[in-house]
Amino acid sequence: MSDVFIALQTNEESRYIVEALLQDNPNAVVDEQPAMVKINVPGSLVLKRETMEEVTGRAYDLQEMQIHLITLSGHVDEDEDEFRLAWND
Amino acid sequence: MDMSVKKKLGLKEKYALMTRDLGWEPSYEKHEDVFPLIHYEGLKIHDWDKWEDPFRLTMDSYWKYQAEKERKLYAIIDAYNQNNGHLNVTDARYINAMKIFLSAVPSLEYNAHRGFARLGRHMAGVGPQVACQMQAIDELRHAQTQIHAISNYNRFYNGIHDWKHMNDRLWYLSVPKSFFEDACTCGPFEYIIAISFSFEYVLTNLVFVPFVSGAAYNGDMGTMTFGFSAQSDEARHMTLGLEVIKFMLEQDPDNLPIVQKWIDKWTWRGVRLLTIVAMMMDYMLPKRVMSWKEAWEIYFEENGMSLFKDLARYGIKVPDCVEQIKKEKHHISHQAWTTFYAAAPMTNFHTWLPNEDELDWLSEKYPETFDTYYRPRFEFFREQAEKGERFVNPNLPQLCQVCQIPMLFTEPDEPTQIAYRQVEHGGEKYHFCSDHCQHIFEDEPEKYVEAWLPVHQIMQGNCFAEGDDPTAPDFDPIASVLKYWHIVPGKDNGDFAGSEDEKNFAQWRGMATSNQ
Repeated sequence: MSDVFIALQTNEESRYIVEALLQDNPNAVVDEQPAMVKINVPGSLVLKRETMEEVTGRAYDLQEMQIHLITLSGHVDEDEDEFRLAWND
Repeated sequence: MDMSVKKKLGLKEKYALMTRDLGWEPSYEKHEDVFPLIHYEGLKIHDWDKWEDPFRLTMDSYWKYQAEKERKLYAIIDAYNQNNGHLNVTDARYINAMKIFLSAVPSLEYNAHRGFARLGRHMAGVGPQVACQMQAIDELRHAQTQIHAISNYNRFYNGIHDWKHMNDRLWYLSVPKSFFEDACTCGPFEYIIAISFSFEYVLTNLVFVPFVSGAAYNGDMGTMTFGFSAQSDEARHMTLGLEVIKFMLEQDPDNLPIVQKWIDKWTWRGVRLLTIVAMMMDYMLPKRVMSWKEAWEIYFEENGMSLFKDLARYGIKVPDCVEQIKKEKHHISHQAWTTFYAAAPMTNFHTWLPNEDELDWLSEKYPETFDTYYRPRFEFFREQAEKGERFVNPNLPQLCQVCQIPMLFTEPDEPTQIAYRQVEHGGEKYHFCSDHCQHIFEDEPEKYVEAWLPVHQIMQGNCFAEGDDPTAPDFDPIASVLKYWHIVPGKDNGDFAGSEDEKNFAQWRGMATSNQ
């Protein structure tokens, strides 16, 4: 199965996104590079609003993540509760 | 009194209301008169509503998040300037990589803006119209922030004082410029496959991710910030690229061969364009994040192959050129840097020979090729330089009619033989760097015979400084061409060692770290 990935700028906000991703995707592998962090997950990945709200302690709109995004791989599907990436193979 | 509060709209509902509901069918004009460009390329589209942005980004959210990105960007640029950020780079040689980037890329961003503005008008569905309009605005933002970024460097360093003038004239800058002009002169569907799919989805990670991360690694906060700010839009652009492929292939099985041909063509065009990025990663970043070959393996061979595996269900095949690229990944960065080193008097940046540590790094990263083919070449150049006979190639190179890169690539299976292809068309001879560029030409010769090839233009006498007389007995053609490009020999180019840039950087850094 191919990996999907998401890469974020390293900053105070994206620390929480990484924390939430690690909670919601037990197979996630974190790859830290200068000024960026890349999270690889086999097959598919999910970021849940509920988890983000838990780790940040505030209301969270998943589209805020776009400010910190660098790149991603896989088919995107987003609604107000979840951001998902997946390959269909 | 009924106090029930209306529930906030969900993302899907909001997207439907603010995007789909804004589209309407014309009643007194014919559909084909309103959208005249969507038929001639042969694509069959039955239902434009099947195209949806999976981010479901609406215009109100778009402006909100883009404004936030701009505020972040300018906060960092201000801090960079207030702190003399340019003096924090690892080594002033690095700034030459920025000179290439800033000479080449802003005009690409601007042409991307033009291309997507045109698509926002001509695509017949509301989903792609909105996504293309957002991308058109993104690309304009990238062009503006990059042009602005030039001023953070050209106040201090030579060679990028007149980027737009050079962008339209300088030999190596015709490579990226002609790539985008090729795309902009395609029909709307080919354009979106060329830029959104082949360039953004398949290849852009190789430009921005390791290179911008490399800028951060080399202490260049200015570049890192505009690079990542642009890249934050890129994920949306890449997603558009993937959506567009799925949409075209799901609409009609007849679309497959057309789309496949465009993917094959533009993957090759894009990879050829990235040769210069390969060179920048392997030779111009004093602290290297990863080699070109490693970046290629991660972002193309692993990630790109996941993509093609996913698209196999539609019948899409991995482009044929990938076999050749696999072989070339061991070579192209070295071939490009030796070419630029030898062309030092004809560029707008400085070159140098890799030092002993850097040669060792290259040997380690390219075990199959570097010691056999390239290290001896650099050692020879060094001996020559030490004898006071710095190697320079005084000839104007032959250019490939399609990618416009000098004929510097070797045969895929014979790294000591320059690859050379030739075709006759309409009584004229045309030259190519590879089978793939030759095939692209043969498919559309009438388009590519129009190419503005800098070397041909010089030979035809179209690139001499105004007022210079080519018939005068003391006429120096190369000096006149440099003047026409607005390049001052030795100041804007040549060896980094002994340059004004090197001297100034050392002096300013000294002033920044002592009371002298």
